[in-house]
Amino acid sequence: MIDAIRSLGRWGLSVFERLGRGHLFLFDTLKGVPELFLRFSLVTQQLFSVGVLSVFLILISGLFVGMVLGLQGYNTLVDFGAEESLGVMVSLSLVRELGPVVCALLFAGRAGSALTAEIGLMKSTEQLSGMEMMAVDPMRRVIAPRFLAGFISMPLLAALFSAVGIFGGFLVGHGLLGVDDGAFWSQMQVKTDWYDDVLNGVIKSIVFGFVVTWIALFEGYDATPTSEGVGRATTRTVVHSAFAILGLDFMLTALMFGEE
Amino acid sequence: MPLIKIRDLHFYRGNRAIFEGVNIDIYQGKITAIMGPSGTGKTTLLRLIGGQLRPDRGTIEVDGQNVHKLSHSDLYALRKRMGMLFQSGALLTDLTVFDNVAFPLREHTKLPESMIHDLVLMKLQSVGLRNARDLMPSELSGGMARRVALARAVTLDPMMIMYDEPFTGQDPISMGTLVNLIHRMNDAMDLTSVIVSHDVAETAEIADYIYLLSAGKVIEKGSPVQLKRSSSQWVQQFMQGLPDGPVPFHYPGDTLEDDLFSQKVST
Repeated sequence: MIDAIRSLGRWGLSVFERLGRGHLFLFDTLKGVPELFLRFSLVTQQLFSVGVLSVFLILISGLFVGMVLGLQGYNTLVDFGAEESLGVMVSLSLVRELGPVVCALLFAGRAGSALTAEIGLMKSTEQLSGMEMMAVDPMRRVIAPRFLAGFISMPLLAALFSAVGIFGGFLVGHGLLGVDDGAFWSQMQVKTDWYDDVLNGVIKSIVFGFVVTWIALFEGYDATPTSEGVGRATTRTVVHSAFAILGLDFMLTALMFGEE
Repeated sequence: MPLIKIRDLHFYRGNRAIFEGVNIDIYQGKITAIMGPSGTGKTTLLRLIGGQLRPDRGTIEVDGQNVHKLSHSDLYALRKRMGMLFQSGALLTDLTVFDNVAFPLREHTKLPESMIHDLVLMKLQSVGLRNARDLMPSELSGGMARRVALARAVTLDPMMIMYDEPFTGQDPISMGTLVNLIHRMNDAMDLTSVIVSHDVAETAEIADYIYLLSAGKVIEKGSPVQLKRSSSQWVQQFMQGLPDGPVPFHYPGDTLEDDLFSQKVST
């Protein structure tokens, strides 16, 4: 019994110690962000590997999610004779919820895990220590550009995801199921509010981008510098990011749409 | 006046003592070797000198500055005058050989690209790899990677350079090349070199002075000739690579007789 309490205590201490390290890491990262505006080429390189290389996955996933939404939505709406509201259903589902959330989950799997593995390997091959000894701060040279790139990429990818998803819903709704295209687009435009729906979705994706990139970079930086340690860190990135995204999504949704 | 002065150094990992009262002087222009069996904290000592780790007690002074009392910016300014060659080379894997050597220049100077080009080629020429400038680190052998890392470590013309196990895992030709390079660079650039190694023959060949570490303490110090004549059995075992001696061949524990003839039956 005492042993169980002791190990629980040890576990609790290690969790809080890690949380503390994670926040100090974030503070150091944010300190390095302002000077990046003077050397934006460092961010541009990372925008390519974090953002551009994720575009294909996001586009394909968004298209299929939208097509499934179109199919499922139609089957439900047709029972009430409201199939012309398919556009509204697809766009609100995507813009408010699925766009930011699914995109963030995919982003964590594609870009987040790659960031963790990259930083973890840089640590285990002494590249980060090497930089420190060359008087180059890895927090500013390596971590901060990747953080800013992730933070910028995520909302843009979520916007692409939602746009392609809506198009996928239209393809199925209009092309396959015969919903009137005028009704699809016009109802969608009328019922989707710029501030309440689109902007709130963008805020969600900004928050998710911040958190996922932070988790991914911290896990890489804090990884045990062995192949096994980097592997575990990569898994932790995906798992912790998924928890963080879903938990934060509930909180943000409650804040944004809870009073409706 | 030594360039690096280590006094009463204590460093612990958890409850395990890595250093307990180590005193070392490293003089300018000399090649000083820090030797000892694996796990004695030789690499840790380099990280302490470079300010990447903090001692639990004691001081390390480099060029008159207490490394662990410096501000972040002063420490980084000091590091610009220190080169370090890591065991793995620590080359940036996404950059070519040329860009790796140019990296410190691009980060710390505002030199025009044409001048950086010339400087990098001169450094690569000195390690014999000028024609390998367009290769990626993954295309280099272990010995070549260390030579590139050496060129990068001296790019900013530092006052000293620290070598972490430079000869480990090298074939005889690479090893001979590295021994020659370290010796030549030390003399030609008026460097102060600290070599951490357990390759006795190669290190003793070029070192001016050797410190032997074991169990957190300096066991012996002196010139290579003095150490080879040492009366200490431990020093003789280490310098000659004898399999048995004060450091036993068998891991400590029960004797073979105890294990074979005891009544204990394992289940």
